[in-house]
Amino acid sequence: MLKKYLLISSTIICSVIFIVKLATLQLSADSYFNSDFAIQEISIYPERGLIFDRYGELLVANQPMYDLIIIPENTVEFDTTELSKLINVEEKELRRKISNAINYSSKIPSLIKTQISKEENAFLQEKIWLYDGFYIRKNSVRNYIKPFASNIIGYTGEVDQTEIDAYNYYEKGEMIGKQGVEKYYENELRGEKGSKYFQKDRFNRVIGTYDNSNKDVDPIKANNITLTIDIKLQEYAESLLKNKRGGVVVIEPSTGEILTLVSSPTYESNQFIGQDRTTNFQKLLNDTINKPLFDRSLQAQYSPGSPMKILNALIGLQEKVIDENTTFTCNAGHFYARNAFMGCHNKFGTISDLRKGIYNSCNTYFAKTYKMILDKYKTPSEGLDTWANHIKSFGLGDYLGYDLFIGQKGFIPESDYYNRFYGNNRWGSSTTISNSIGQGEILTTPIQMANFTSAIANRGFYYKPHFVKKINGESIFNEDRVTTTIDKENFEIVIDGMVEVVNKGTARIAKINGINVAGKTGTVENFILIENEKKQLTDHSTFIAFAPAENPQIVVSVFIENGYWGSRWAAPIASLIIEKYLKDNIERKWLENRMVNGSLQSEYEKPYKFKTFTINE
Amino acid sequence: MNSLNIFKYDLISFFTYTLLVTFGIVNIYSATYNESFTTVIDYTSIVGKQLIFLLACIVAFFLIIFTKNKFFDSISTVLYFISIILLLSLFIFGSERGGAKSWYIIGPISFQPTEFAKLCTALFLAKFLSIIQTDLKKTRDIFIVGVIILIPVILITLQPDPGSALVFFAFIFPILREGLDLKFLYFGIVIFLTLLLTLILGFTTISTIILMLFVLLNLYNRQKKIRVSFTTYLLSLIVFIGVSFSTNYLFENVLEQRHRDRVNLIIGKEVDNRGIGYNTNQSKIAISNGGFFGAGFLKGTQTKGKFVPRQHTDYIFSTIGEEWGFAGSFLTILLFTLLISRISIRADKQINHFRRIYSYCFASLLFIHFFINIGMSIGLVPSVGIPLPYISYGGSSLLIFSVMFFIYLNFDSSRLKED
Repeated sequence: MLKKYLLISSTIICSVIFIVKLATLQLSADSYFNSDFAIQEISIYPERGLIFDRYGELLVANQPMYDLIIIPENTVEFDTTELSKLINVEEKELRRKISNAINYSSKIPSLIKTQISKEENAFLQEKIWLYDGFYIRKNSVRNYIKPFASNIIGYTGEVDQTEIDAYNYYEKGEMIGKQGVEKYYENELRGEKGSKYFQKDRFNRVIGTYDNSNKDVDPIKANNITLTIDIKLQEYAESLLKNKRGGVVVIEPSTGEILTLVSSPTYESNQFIGQDRTTNFQKLLNDTINKPLFDRSLQAQYSPGSPMKILNALIGLQEKVIDENTTFTCNAGHFYARNAFMGCHNKFGTISDLRKGIYNSCNTYFAKTYKMILDKYKTPSEGLDTWANHIKSFGLGDYLGYDLFIGQKGFIPESDYYNRFYGNNRWGSSTTISNSIGQGEILTTPIQMANFTSAIANRGFYYKPHFVKKINGESIFNEDRVTTTIDKENFEIVIDGMVEVVNKGTARIAKINGINVAGKTGTVENFILIENEKKQLTDHSTFIAFAPAENPQIVVSVFIENGYWGSRWAAPIASLIIEKYLKDNIERKWLENRMVNGSLQSEYEKPYKFKTFTINE
Repeated sequence: MNSLNIFKYDLISFFTYTLLVTFGIVNIYSATYNESFTTVIDYTSIVGKQLIFLLACIVAFFLIIFTKNKFFDSISTVLYFISIILLLSLFIFGSERGGAKSWYIIGPISFQPTEFAKLCTALFLAKFLSIIQTDLKKTRDIFIVGVIILIPVILITLQPDPGSALVFFAFIFPILREGLDLKFLYFGIVIFLTLLLTLILGFTTISTIILMLFVLLNLYNRQKKIRVSFTTYLLSLIVFIGVSFSTNYLFENVLEQRHRDRVNLIIGKEVDNRGIGYNTNQSKIAISNGGFFGAGFLKGTQTKGKFVPRQHTDYIFSTIGEEWGFAGSFLTILLFTLLISRISIRADKQINHFRRIYSYCFASLLFIHFFINIGMSIGLVPSVGIPLPYISYGGSSLLIFSVMFFIYLNFDSSRLKED
């Protein structure tokens, strides 16, 4: 019996064992093996979107660059010293990169050197074929055509690990917007990459397409972006801020479009391209004195100074504690509490109504107005919160929601803040009197200053400021206007005052022939800590303006650090920008020269010389 | 043979055979597929060559089917000696391929006498065992049978092609069937186990275990009052310890490193998927890549990338596994099981001894190829370079296995006749 069925039973037993083994190999849910090595996926990148200024001038394009790639498995023995000389990379660094590539995968391409210039590539092409397993791949990088508006446009760079983890899209070596519009509009500008699949053989050679290219995915075209920036005005404003620290923000009040945004000192986007990009970035990062990567227009929080008086005037009118004829007497200052005197540059015995208070920037007038606003309510908390509510309706103390990722909120104190500090209502209008003249606790950024000026120019509302006008030629901005808490009729009298600031007040230097400019100067006291000692520095110079006053087309806010007083730097710069924008040519060449050539560097060096120094002279 | 009655032939087996050959051609085409050359009718291509041999098979089919079966009986002795001569003269005229001198190459045709020897040995063994005087209980006849099989085995091993030589152990099935005492099989199994366990656990452990087993056996026998002479004990003990000892020696000194590696791989002593384990590992990757329904004809990525070496010959099953999936592999195994079982069952119904033993030899040869080839493709058996009959590329293999099958068909059609 056994002999007769030995063959059959052996056959059947062995078949059953085979089938069980096959089932474990082929039917188990998680495939025990994978076939990554047989298929190569190559990403196809759409050309990154172009960036234009508001008038269609090309600001950012693309240029070819070359990457050196290694596939470790395809290499044969070679001399690393020779190669390191050829590609101009230190041998130690080259060895490190090669061993990284091997550790990553011996079959998958890895980058050895990126962004090789056209010239270097021409030289390399003749030699690199001698090295099996190395090849050069054409790549595309940004070409920043104008060396301006870099703080707005930003720059691109290689993705880092956090970005790879966060977005689930990028692979090592790919480019991503790192800053500015390049970052904020990354998805628009990059498009969607596609893929091509290739069949490889066991020698890791591509032997054809995979599945007749049926699995290939076409890339999706990137979008072009039109900025709200007027690049000529931007260029002009940047030239005016040379050798000064500070920011300029120019907004078209009827739309909220940002025409110009300057931060000085700044960087150039082109510094982030090519072989020196890493050293350049380190240099910029390490300059902790000038902070070129810090956007002073968006991120710097200053005390606003006297422009705050305009808002207090508006609140006073709205709260009906003053009207246009209300007068206060200024005795070169006044006692706002017992033994507490606030100085003023107006002469002893000056009697000012509202207009005069504005154009002479009388501290006394607005301190008293502020006091009346707060004292109108039963508790200082209630009074201050009403006041803060008005202020906040102008976008202060808020990020404003513009389309860049950087910014600061600023600070508008409310009752909570003082209650915590002094105890519940154990403070009053006198305690917080500095708020009336834009000193004290209030902090604002230059773009917030421009934004509230915009609301004044519009007589009661503003549009969210923004940097991008169109994507692929289509307008994208459709936000509603933001209304302030101040009634329309209260603005005219204040604007009258602001016009007089330029005509006969503190900023006569900002006067432009044939154009009614409304403005307000500011001179901001400021302090720093040197070796734990609070020291006062030369005052900041600030100026807000819009023009023409009756039909505003442009709003400017200028902030110059340690610029002595408002009309010394900020007002002339703002005025020149307005003239440039509305008239296109500058009549006051002497003023332009003084601004372009003027430098405040010696002022900035003072605190770092470790000597006693004097300020404001 | 006056009137051709096709129903007297084993049509089921013939149908199975046709399916296997066709499936073989399809998979050879896929395994050697190259996108830039897509014509089938190209005599220089691998499929083209296989098709030429298929043509030869068809010619052979008609020749064999219309031959009187008595002819094979009478020619078997001559054929056996011719095959031995062919194997012998390989050492003089043979050509070397893949490290073994096992080919005759005449012009465009290359031929492997090893395959021919399988057929001739089967015929001659059947002839000898069918002689009425042959008695497998007699030591002399056992010895003769041993010589018949061992001559080709030794010659083939010396080529060196130990893998193909291994195939001749298939003849243990017909020999047992024809009366060899089962104790030879048991003894063989015990020896094999000792051998295998020595490789896995080492000589010292195994000899200790053998000693302990003998002591236990002795105690058991005393309990049951079974008397076994001390000499028998000692002799068996020496044999087992001797086998265990010589296994170590043979393994380390006679086998080549590549053979040792292959064995080590299967018994799990070594894992090396890039070097020695590359073939098996790539074959397993390809097969597991197939899933249930497979990647589809010409769509296997591992097959296309030629990741599995020798995938159109010895490792053809990896292509089946990848492109036709579990379904295709299952079906292939089923077809072989069907063919082998059917042949062996119908062999039993043969009245004529010669024809019965031949058919049984043939079924056994099929089985051993099936077992080793698929076993190694899925990593159950050490890598041994033998083809999968009817499927793998290889003219000699296709032709000889077809001829063997046609002879079976011929024999089977007259199974109820005495001569």
